[in-house]
Amino acid sequence: MINIDAKSHVRGESVYLDDIPLLEGTLFACVYDSQVAHGKLKSVDISEAKQCAGVVKIILAKDLKGENQIGGILPDEPLLADEEVHFCGMPIAIVVAETDEQARHAVKKIKAEIETLEIITDERIAFEKGSLIAPPKKFVMGDTEKAFKDCEHIFEGQTYSNGQEHLYIETQGAYTIPSEQGGIKVYSSTQGPTAVQKAISKVTGLPWHQIEVDVTRLGGGFGGKEDQANAWACICAVATQLTKKPVKYSLHRMEDMRMTGKRHPYSADYKIGLDKDLKIIAYEAVFYQNAGASCDLSLPVLERTLFHCTNSYFIPNVMATAYSCKTHLPPNTAFRGFGGPQGMFVIESAIAHAAEKLGVDKAEIQQKNLLQNDDEFPYGQKVVSEAEQSWHQADHKFDFNRLKSEAEEFNSSSKYFKKGVSLMPICFGISFTNTRMNQARSLVHVYLDGSVAVSTGAVEMGQGVNTKILQVAADIFSLSQERVKVHTTNTLRIANTSPTAASAGADLNGHATRIACEKILERIKKVASEVLEVNSEEISLRDGMVFIGNSPTEMTWVKLLEKCYEKRISLSEHGHYAPPGINFDWSTAKGHPFAYHVFGTAIIGVTVDCLRGTYEIDYVKACHDFGKTMNTAVDLGQIEGGIVQGIGWMTMEEVFYDGQGRLRSNALSTYKIPDVYSVPKEIDILPLETSRENLAIMNSKAVGEPPLMYGIGAYFAIREAVKAFNQNNFLQFDAPFTAEKVLMNLYKNQSN
Amino acid sequence: MIKFILNNQSIETNLPKGTTVLDFVRYHKNLKGTKIGCREGDCGACTIMVGELTGDAVKYRTMTSCLMPLANAEGKHIVTVEGINPENNELTAVQQAMVDESGTQCGFCTVGFVMSLTNFCLDESPKDKNSAISAIDGNICRCTGYKSIERACEKVNSGKWEVESGKLVPNYFSDIRKRLTVLQNEQSKIKNQKSKIFVGGGTDLYVQKHEEMVYAEANHVLFDDELRTITETDELVELGASVVVTDLLESPIFNRLFPNLYRHLKLISSTPIRNMATLAGNFINASPIGDMTAYFLALDANIEFNTGRILPLKDFYLGYKQMDRSEDEYIQKIRFQKGFTHFNFEKVCKRTYLDIASVNTAISLKVTDNEIEHAHVSCGGVFATPLYLRKTSEFLQGKEISEETIAAANEILQSEIAPISDVRGTAEYKRLLAKQLFKAHFVELFGVG
Ligand SMILES: Cc1cc2nc3c(=O)[nH]c(=O)nc-3n(C[C@H](O)[C@H](O)[C@H](O)COP(=O)(O)OP(=O)(O)OC[C@H]3O[C@@H](n4cnc5c(N)ncnc54)[C@H](O)[C@@H]3O)c2cc1C
Ligand code: FES
Ligand code: FES
Repeated sequence: MINIDAKSHVRGESVYLDDIPLLEGTLFACVYDSQVAHGKLKSVDISEAKQCAGVVKIILAKDLKGENQIGGILPDEPLLADEEVHFCGMPIAIVVAETDEQARHAVKKIKAEIETLEIITDERIAFEKGSLIAPPKKFVMGDTEKAFKDCEHIFEGQTYSNGQEHLYIETQGAYTIPSEQGGIKVYSSTQGPTAVQKAISKVTGLPWHQIEVDVTRLGGGFGGKEDQANAWACICAVATQLTKKPVKYSLHRMEDMRMTGKRHPYSADYKIGLDKDLKIIAYEAVFYQNAGASCDLSLPVLERTLFHCTNSYFIPNVMATAYSCKTHLPPNTAFRGFGGPQGMFVIESAIAHAAEKLGVDKAEIQQKNLLQNDDEFPYGQKVVSEAEQSWHQADHKFDFNRLKSEAEEFNSSSKYFKKGVSLMPICFGISFTNTRMNQARSLVHVYLDGSVAVSTGAVEMGQGVNTKILQVAADIFSLSQERVKVHTTNTLRIANTSPTAASAGADLNGHATRIACEKILERIKKVASEVLEVNSEEISLRDGMVFIGNSPTEMTWVKLLEKCYEKRISLSEHGHYAPPGINFDWSTAKGHPFAYHVFGTAIIGVTVDCLRGTYEIDYVKACHDFGKTMNTAVDLGQIEGGIVQGIGWMTMEEVFYDGQGRLRSNALSTYKIPDVYSVPKEIDILPLETSRENLAIMNSKAVGEPPLMYGIGAYFAIREAVKAFNQNNFLQFDAPFTAEKVLMNLYKNQSN
Repeated sequence: MIKFILNNQSIETNLPKGTTVLDFVRYHKNLKGTKIGCREGDCGACTIMVGELTGDAVKYRTMTSCLMPLANAEGKHIVTVEGINPENNELTAVQQAMVDESGTQCGFCTVGFVMSLTNFCLDESPKDKNSAISAIDGNICRCTGYKSIERACEKVNSGKWEVESGKLVPNYFSDIRKRLTVLQNEQSKIKNQKSKIFVGGGTDLYVQKHEEMVYAEANHVLFDDELRTITETDELVELGASVVVTDLLESPIFNRLFPNLYRHLKLISSTPIRNMATLAGNFINASPIGDMTAYFLALDANIEFNTGRILPLKDFYLGYKQMDRSEDEYIQKIRFQKGFTHFNFEKVCKRTYLDIASVNTAISLKVTDNEIEHAHVSCGGVFATPLYLRKTSEFLQGKEISEETIAAANEILQSEIAPISDVRGTAEYKRLLAKQLFKAHFVELFGVG
């Protein structure tokens, strides 16, 4: 089934934040933000801005009616800078004016006097200075110290992976409208309507029931609108509260890029020990996460780095420590993979290091250490593994050896072009690692004309979650797609939602919808059995008709609903779902945090132009664990998009802050994401054959985040190609592998 | 007053001429199908089609509406997605292909792709999958990874579309020619003598000083017919200042003189930007990494101003964004000699396409019997101005083509450049890259290096 929004998308009729028709009297907000990364805010001069045409109000921290605080996890993030500024791009003042242009113009007239304090942009320096968001987190399994003594080979090194700008094509924004009795209706481009509601409540002092948040869809999120949509919604809400007028703010791209956080950069130290058979016996890693100026989601991101620090491998002795380091960058945040990719990059680097020094193929070490059923993760959960299966099925279909020897042959006869090939297995846990967030609700109404309305806590952002939810409802009631509509995500209809994140949106909200539909169905069937005078178990619904056993009856779906109404049976249900069996205890750092894991193995091939230092991705071929996909088109789209985003992170996407904490890659002209020519020439996805049951909705495993990590393979494939040209060079593990790094490495230590 | 046709509607507006077409369609006409992703020409979400009367046909080209002043819409047919949507909630062939192949996820980029592909299908030039893909080289999508869109490209490319079929665009399109003819006759051609501001495609001006441009009293020269010709004599090629990069790509003269024209010019911006980016705009912007500037420096081109003054392009640049030009002068003509036997252009950036160069370089050579009679080499991104490499060019004269010559010339090149570190690379990298790309000229042209 094709994405239900596809048709209105191609006709340009889908509505995004900036497309919502404006009410008369709508005002426009624009933020004045800090140009200094760290300093004392001595004064803000708004006198000239106030005189500008159209300006209605200028709001400073002192004007807020509630608390000046939007931190979701730790209360360490003011909405507006008060005494200090903590990053370039930190909001200081809000200008509210009659037009967008006037608001933007007046912002330029504001002047702030800021006394610069010491600026830290580097996570290791922050660590040395003891600037941490929270105490470190640690995972321990076995005894690494002892195990290293028995290792035949030990390698140590450092890695770095840079951040990544989300670059959802729709920028952040919000539109707030005063409602009766002092309430506020909020349109927000957010993945977390409840997070927006909570943050607005804090800064306005209004209780949650006065705040209605409504989300139709996002023009992309990728984690960037999980927590970081809050600020803009709060800015509009505060302005609405103080002016009693509708207020809109749709950020310009440069504002969005400089004021919002990104994927966390990580620096790491690793130590890996292997026995003579290349089994990894011990692994130690220390992660230094660059959190930016406040916590935001850094701590759960940090935790997921630990959860995925051994990727698809079983290692009996592990000690992993992670520090969330506070710097003067915009608060970094969720991004597809949520710290997992950063953890995996380190273990893959450690394995590459070992392979290179031992003169063996990296794939040999990878394969020898794949997770087996019932192996234990460092966090105590026993694995239900598809790691080896996906590896073997991929090998069987794509023939790793053939692909590698083709590359070698090519390299031996080519002077300036070199090919590199690498393998990338993945293992990604599905569930919020914060167990209590794993719950969702769905409100289902069956109307007397036979149509069905569904509302859930899931936010549609292109990932097709509404399409899957519609499938669930249509399937249970056996109705055609046209008779079901999935409505906007709205805090009045669904309360206390978790953000749509952690790849879990379809699972949680799909199951909640299933439960609601099944309950209604049960009641309807009971009515049918009474009317038709048969057992309820014999009743089924097929394509809008009531069946007894395998024979159709005269009774249509609509007639049956009438009967239900007559009998005063409720045709509505609020379903609640909480996946069973998951738990985690941070006091021991052990538990069973994930409902299940997603596995897969990819092989990536690249060609490097060694004259110019540029490269192309030839192919990504992967065997991927879908469980049993409920929507091939949607899932394939998630895989292809995820792979390309992962490759972007590992290759061309370079977030660039200068030493003063100013973002230099602050526009699409200086921050490059993959275009149609930089994607793999071929992406070939083989679904893993497996008959295992899992906790996913309709057995269809979550697919949002895991494929991104195949992209890590591109880094190592480029590395292979560079090594084929320049053997006398041990390359640093320093992502992304930009054209610059490729060329510098091709010619490092070379006389040529 | 500006008059044009927007979709099926005649427009007359007194808004400032510098207002962007994007703001006009979205906020004045409430056509919200055209999206905003960057306002800098870099994402393609705002792509529209612009139909121009050429002879007795209407020729459509895509443009990014975020950088396009209303003045450049004068007398044109401006088409947004609302102007191609079939009635009764049906889909055009392009839209259907995008739906069938799941070429849309969040949908925010989608309309831009639809417009680019529709324009591609309307165009009469020969088609294959690669040309369909090149039509979307200015459209960025963060969701799909493009594979599904490639599949949609394959699908539309396999169809044969006549405007009349109604499958591509609605039937009102067949009246547009007549309607534009009427408009054209009404159009005034008087230059604004007072104003010293010239706007070509606006692809630099609207990125650099958007707000100022909206209200600026300016001369809009993109569609000034006198400035759009490409002609040749036995020795010379002469171009008007407002020739855009796409005009070069479509010029028989250029295709004959430059066998690798397409490969080289494809490295410059994207289809919609190439449809707007004038040569004069590139020269006057004076960016050290201007690609067309590097290209024409290596052709040792001259520029001619409205005053009649003629100046070699290589003498035009005095310092960072400093030019030998008085306020009253604007470029009218560009000329270069045809005497070269070899030409090459190289450019490396973070992303191969639709990106600004870390370093670019061009070379033209006249070679007889492996001996260089004369050479002109340029290099961008390595100096405060676009750089003509005088010493390197001189050195090459009279030399044999050999690895030794290249190595020796490269030493001289290194002495002529002075790159700085910035977001496009460290100085050290740019030095190495300049060396490599200089070498690449000879690898490409002679297989030597
Ligand atoms: C997304 C994007 C990608 C780009 N990619 C590239 C690229 O790959 N390579 C590259 O080189 N450039 C690139 N550019 C820059 C730009 O497109 C070019 O420099 C283009 O040639 C500018 O032409 P224009 O007509 O749009 O200039 P405008 O913006 O209209 O004008 C630029 C300057 O030229 C002046 N001017 C225009 N015409 C005349 C005239 N006849 N006489 C005197 N002055 C005149 C204007 O007053 C102004 O100062 C890109 C721009 C964008 C937005
Ligand atoms: S809005 Fe991005 S190209 Fe115009
Ligand atoms: S579909 Fe979301 S950006 Fe293309």
